Amino acid sequence: MIRRLLVVSLAGCSLAACSTMPTEAPIDESKAVATASPAATGQDARRASDAGARPISGGSTPTAVEQPVVETRPLPTPIIEPTGTVSAISAASARPELTIPGAHKDPTSPLAQRVIYFEFDSAVIDARFQPLLEAHATYLKANPGFKVILQGHTDERGSREYNLALGQRRAESVRQALRLLGVAEAQMEAVSLGEEKPAVEGHDESAWKMNRRTEIHYVGE
Amino acid sequence: MRPFAAFPIDTMARMVAHLSFWLRGASLALVLLLSTVLTVHASMTIEIIGGAAKRIPIAIVPFAMPGGVIGDNPANVISADLFRSGYFETVATSPREGQPTRPEQVRLPQWRAAGADALLIGQVLTLPDGRLEVRFWLYDVPLQTLLTARGLTVPSSNGLRSAAHRIADMVYEKLLGEAGNFSGRIAYVLKRDGWYELQVADTDGYNAVTVARSPEPIISPAWSPDGSRLAYVSFEKKKPVVYVQRLADGSRQVLADFRGSNSAPAWSPDGRQLAVTLSRDEVSQIYLIDAAGGEPRRIASSTALDTEPVFSPDGQWLYFTSDRGGSPQIYRIPLAGGQAQRVTFEGGYNVSPAISPDGRLMAFIHRRDGRFHVALMDLATRQMQVLTDTSYDESPSFAPNGRTILYATRINGRGVLATVSIDGRVRQRLSLSGDLREPAWAP
Repeated sequence: MIRRLLVVSLAGCSLAACSTMPTEAPIDESKAVATASPAATGQDARRASDAGARPISGGSTPTAVEQPVVETRPLPTPIIEPTGTVSAISAASARPELTIPGAHKDPTSPLAQRVIYFEFDSAVIDARFQPLLEAHATYLKANPGFKVILQGHTDERGSREYNLALGQRRAESVRQALRLLGVAEAQMEAVSLGEEKPAVEGHDESAWKMNRRTEIHYVGE
Repeated sequence: MRPFAAFPIDTMARMVAHLSFWLRGASLALVLLLSTVLTVHASMTIEIIGGAAKRIPIAIVPFAMPGGVIGDNPANVISADLFRSGYFETVATSPREGQPTRPEQVRLPQWRAAGADALLIGQVLTLPDGRLEVRFWLYDVPLQTLLTARGLTVPSSNGLRSAAHRIADMVYEKLLGEAGNFSGRIAYVLKRDGWYELQVADTDGYNAVTVARSPEPIISPAWSPDGSRLAYVSFEKKKPVVYVQRLADGSRQVLADFRGSNSAPAWSPDGRQLAVTLSRDEVSQIYLIDAAGGEPRRIASSTALDTEPVFSPDGQWLYFTSDRGGSPQIYRIPLAGGQAQRVTFEGGYNVSPAISPDGRLMAFIHRRDGRFHVALMDLATRQMQVLTDTSYDESPSFAPNGRTILYATRINGRGVLATVSIDGRVRQRLSLSGDLREPAWAP
């Protein structure tokens, strides 16, 4: 759930016209000149936040999440290394369990694999992620009520804003790939978190390669 | 009210080394100046590296303070401001010159003998209504003349620091002929304990106020031209959204929350509209939006990534970063319409343009040998020069007088703020317990 952002007021002291700001006057030795400061007015400590819990793009809520998953073995979530392969989920579209609503919550499902990694300054999707994308495309097509947020990320090097745009391109790149696989536009939103949310803290390539990525998030999950 | 924290011993040692470099041959002055510096800076975090080749020797006598007034003596604040500018050195006062706090006590020939080119004296008075007046007198010692005398009224002792910064600005302007930067404000983001705090503080780190706080990132604060509002990007909705917040009362509005990402706000010089980067039409592109909100208008169109817009002060151009040429470079486009022109050519990564208030210079981030430095370009000649030797520089912005650039960098894995003069000679670093980033100097 989205937490509120607190806007802290300045306790009655306007930054633009703070009561501690000096006023200036030429020295008059006979009497001290008393120039009034603009009085601070913002007395009410307003918590001006509209950061409610609105879903990112409104729309329908997944309706079938209570259905049983295919398997219930308590296995840990598989981790894909950027250099690894996802051959286990090839031919995903032929697998009926990838169409059952709620399957994306099963940690043993191929749908639990959510991260596409990228090379430096690149938004090109490596062929090894094609099975992962096909699995999600199959699932989303079978469940048009589900939506995904495609979240692009970069490593920490360089400008935050440029990285935000670069992360956006990585997210768009995954969106295009899913669209080509038949997923409806309305089921996807591509956003970027730039370099702000690294998966791995660290200042070397071993961390950076894990941070150049697009994550697939199911809305309402 | 919390100043930036003390800097560690090793940076003190480095500062001492730099000081001895500046002051070789003047051993007595060195000792006296060092004691001043360490006293002034032990409670703040300002580390000074380098300085002007010729510093003006100024004597600043402690101001007379009325009994019962608590607060920093304005003389200390003024000394610290002038010293960290890199253009002044403090001449120690000794019993021989006395401790004048009124004009009739001043004996200028004695100050000349002490090596001072300028002398500042002053006093704080309690007015009948309880407010305070800070009076000062500034002398040209070689010419044996009074340069200026003024009085500043403040509501209480809380205003003494700000009065002192104003006096430092006036002294700087009288002696150097250009406006000072000391009474300005800066905005920046402090990350600590899992929270992101957007803060506004004096340029020396005092009087910091948190204006927004979130567990999700906040980036890209941008001051409105009148200094009354900050636009910024907050990720509190799990995606970047642009807000405009009024500082007087903390009220804020959503400026851009469209499908996709919304970021990189920049104010037009008249404050009526902002440029932002939106991805609602797939790639990141630059749009204009009225400051009150409304429908964005796309101003440039490319199939590449365009972002980091910034207006030229005359409102004629929009500078921005684009990778349309295959690598991120800075371009500009006439706001009246027309083709984008490439501005940077040297190197494969030039981003984050900031234009000086007079429109003549552009500060930006330039990558060289895998390191990110603040660089400066003369927009008329297109000559560029790298100003810093730090490796992870980001987010340059100009001081209102155009003489100093504020930026973020990383030292020992921690985010700090730093300044560099446009000639590259004077550098400062400001650090806090926490990670500092995304600075913006108020106009």
